[in-house]
Amino acid sequence: MKNPFRSEADAFRLVIGALVYFGAIAIAAAAGGRWWAVAVFVVLTAAVGIWFFRREARERGTVSVPTRPRAQDERRVLVVANETVAGAALRDEIRRVVEGARANVLVVTPALNSPLRHWVSDEDGARAAAEDRLGRSVAELDRLGIDADGEVGDADPLQAIEDALRTFDADLIVISTHPEGRSNWLERGVVSSARERFTVPITHVVVDLEAEAAVGA
Amino acid sequence: MFIGSEVMLFGSFFTALFFVRVVNNPPHWPPLGYHLPVFVAAVNTCILVTSSFTVHWALQAIKRGDRAGLKAGLVLTFLMGFTFLATQIMEYARIGFTPADNAFTTTFFGLTGLHGAHVFVGLTILLVMIVRSFRGHFSAEHHHGVELAGIYWHFVDVMWIIVYFTVYIL
Repeated sequence: MKNPFRSEADAFRLVIGALVYFGAIAIAAAAGGRWWAVAVFVVLTAAVGIWFFRREARERGTVSVPTRPRAQDERRVLVVANETVAGAALRDEIRRVVEGARANVLVVTPALNSPLRHWVSDEDGARAAAEDRLGRSVAELDRLGIDADGEVGDADPLQAIEDALRTFDADLIVISTHPEGRSNWLERGVVSSARERFTVPITHVVVDLEAEAAVGA
Repeated sequence: MFIGSEVMLFGSFFTALFFVRVVNNPPHWPPLGYHLPVFVAAVNTCILVTSSFTVHWALQAIKRGDRAGLKAGLVLTFLMGFTFLATQIMEYARIGFTPADNAFTTTFFGLTGLHGAHVFVGLTILLVMIVRSFRGHFSAEHHHGVELAGIYWHFVDVMWIIVYFTVYIL
């Protein structure tokens, strides 16, 4: 079922719908009495029910993403990484898993935010930072000859994976984190939770950005 | 998940109202001697519904890059929401009964008070958005905060339409 509060436009349409629905019943009650109101209620409720079930049937046919046929040598990899998205270790791992195959890579970067900014809906900065990192990472993969797309996902990495899998039928998920002790995702058990939640095989890559920077310096 | 939990919260209050009214089946509803200010609440409903249009306008404005429209829409929405809440508080002061009187008054204050608390939260969110918009935040590409504030405000509006209909009209 589609969430009627998924976007502001959908929520606004719901306000208009509620206004028309309850307004019509109230007007019928005022003009014709109780039984007129009951009649309008029954007719409107039936109309809403029919419209709802027809829309659900229509969306079941278009929203679900069936596993599409693919070539034998095609590899579809979903990469989930935030600050480590530009790490060399992650790039090497992606290159390794798609080696010799026709690669189709989707990089998802959760827009991580501070709790305070999250609660005041100040997510624009977090999304912009994620988009910036993502753009550089996808450009680097393209430079290596790997066909990659990118998108900013939900702040919750598990939710970001779930959202991505709805449109991208991956056959491997690569989760990239900082090393143990510096990784908030590892502390929260994101990798183990993902292995329990998704049937797609999961590879965990540790990216030590400090060590990479020291080597590069 | 959040909206789902909110719907269940309101649902529990509506269940209490219908239990008191339908299952107990009192001879008069509202009980004799109790009157609700239906007209004032109707005017208040118009104000709140109009505020949904202004917050929608604010979001459409910033999607076009119109910062003045965003600011005007948010300020108008806030003023209308504030008027709604102030009117409700005045209604409480003059209504002539208290939540402790009987089941009718308890459900009345419970439902309208729960909604009023949500309006207060919505006003706080709108205030943050107004401050941010006057500080130069948001653009045609980045306006996620206004979108979320708009969704919450529309939710508050839909809930009020249902509360008004069931408590004041039905």
